[in-house]
Amino acid sequence: MSETTAQPRRWLDLANPTRFVALAGRCIPWLAGLSAAVLAVGLWLSFASPEDYQQGTTVRIMYIHVPFAWLSMLCYTIMAAAALGTLVWRHPLADVSLKAAAPIGAVFTGLALVTGSIWGKPMWGTWWVWDARLTSVFVLFLMYLGIIALSRAIEDQSRAARATAVITLVGFINIPIIKFSVDWWNTLHQPASVFRLDGPTIDASMLWPLMVMAVGFTLLFLTLHIAAMRTEIFRRRVAAMRRIEARRVETRSP
Amino acid sequence: MSVHDLYVAAAYAAATVGIVGLIVWVLADQRARRREIAQLEASGVRRRSDRNAGSRA
Repeated sequence: MSETTAQPRRWLDLANPTRFVALAGRCIPWLAGLSAAVLAVGLWLSFASPEDYQQGTTVRIMYIHVPFAWLSMLCYTIMAAAALGTLVWRHPLADVSLKAAAPIGAVFTGLALVTGSIWGKPMWGTWWVWDARLTSVFVLFLMYLGIIALSRAIEDQSRAARATAVITLVGFINIPIIKFSVDWWNTLHQPASVFRLDGPTIDASMLWPLMVMAVGFTLLFLTLHIAAMRTEIFRRRVAAMRRIEARRVETRSP
Repeated sequence: MSVHDLYVAAAYAAATVGIVGLIVWVLADQRARRREIAQLEASGVRRRSDRNAGSRA
């Protein structure tokens, strides 16, 4: 086989659920160990870093709140890509990926809202305001819950996959709204301070813990997503085996 | 311990509960599905792909 045909072949191999399960089994322990190690270093840096001159010690909430908020959007972006994979390429693992990511995204979004609210009380003097950033993230949380419900409500797996993919793609419009809400509208939430054209506005002593925690949580997200995808493949195998069992009982009965 | 320390503690506690709960749920779900597959296989149910793999071996 030539080099050029071998390369796409390797990608096609990943589309095979059995090969994915085997690959996941090899990757998950390494990814889990790596995420635990990076998060441990990140936590140490978070509590060893200096207090902010305005926020005081509450700046440490940012080291978990910001990664949760980033991951809430990254997870939805991955789900939107998976939705395209379902509708356009009919990739066998695309729907598995979307369905497995939704509960993880919901937890990360919920945690971004809760930790943001806990930070908001001492800093803004309120737990919650219905401003553009907070409201659009709350809508994202509701969208995750809706996608989880829809993907489990339709019994026919292929119909459920198509419906979920369409809703996920429609909901993707909320991601740029979240990102640019702080620029488009007058909000209480501060504008972007890390990913800016003119560079981060955070001091290095606080940027490092933030970035290490972000890498750690991203690795944790990948670990959980791959593990949940493997479980979803197992769930589909159980369903297929139950159908075989039901047919066997039917043919046996007179 | 200042009042602000309590807010930090509450945020990290909430994050710990959420993340540990998610990990436990993912592991428990996986274990339950593996158990179901083992029970079905023990009762003689085989997927077509498993049977084909068995006959090729």
